[in-house]
Amino acid sequence: MTLWWIGSIVLLVVIFPVVVYLLRAVLESANSIVPTVDGIADVARAGSKDLDAASLLITTREQATQTIAGVADYGGSLDQIIDDAVEA
Amino acid sequence: MGMPAAGIAAPGVVMIVAVVLIVLALVYFLVATIVALRRISSGLDEVIVGVGEIIEKSAPVNEIVLAINEQLDAGVDALEGLLVKKAGLEDSMGLIDSVYPGAAAAGLRNFPESTEIEPPHIGETYTLGTLTLARLGREAPIAAASPAGAVLRNVEGGSLAARELYPSVRHTSPQKLPRSPVIGTDAPVQYEQREDIGAPRKRLPTRPPS
Repeated sequence: MTLWWIGSIVLLVVIFPVVVYLLRAVLESANSIVPTVDGIADVARAGSKDLDAASLLITTREQATQTIAGVADYGGSLDQIIDDAVEA
Repeated sequence: MGMPAAGIAAPGVVMIVAVVLIVLALVYFLVATIVALRRISSGLDEVIVGVGEIIEKSAPVNEIVLAINEQLDAGVDALEGLLVKKAGLEDSMGLIDSVYPGAAAAGLRNFPESTEIEPPHIGETYTLGTLTLARLGREAPIAAASPAGAVLRNVEGGSLAARELYPSVRHTSPQKLPRSPVIGTDAPVQYEQREDIGAPRKRLPTRPPS
């Protein structure tokens, strides 16, 4: 009978608070992750939006190619027009 | 028989209450935890979507930037080679230093020895080359360096450039130039204002004795 009483009281006074403490800690940890994940989602969304201009690099590549082609043509003309340097 | 049953019932009730409280706590906290985990899961889904878009959009960047760099490298090689071929390495550094002061210290990429050359004064050593480039027109590199875009190929611009060498202000087309001085009796300023001019003679000239 005494052991029965001791077991019941231990269950009520010790086990129950420990269970509540552990479950509360798990819940607080889970809740603390939520705003962090929301922040990461916002950053990922903003990063994706910032990269919208990356497609313009294709145009930049074409412009650079055309510019260098023009420079090459112009350099070829200069090569024909101007005399080479005379070695001292 | 009633006392033992009642004696067993009391601690049993306490245990049942404790077990019920523990189960209630488990249910409450686990359900709350499940709700929080579901919010985390939905947030991570949004993160995955955003990261996927980032990966998709940035995938061709490396290839494109490398292609642009290759083009620019080819342009630099061609221009450096042409400049050194036409002007010589020493005068090339002088021309670069005249257009971009201090840039000659960095030297040419394909000519490492160019960093050891002291750039000559451009006005003394590269006048012919500079004028040759300038005569080629506005597209010439030497003309591009001028913010005003003045080039010798422009006849009026060339004339203006020559006229600006003189101290006259007429080439600036002023609205009012200084007037020429007025001379004569109507001039506002009379010079040699002598009182005896126009007055009767004080002494008549005498005829010398014959």
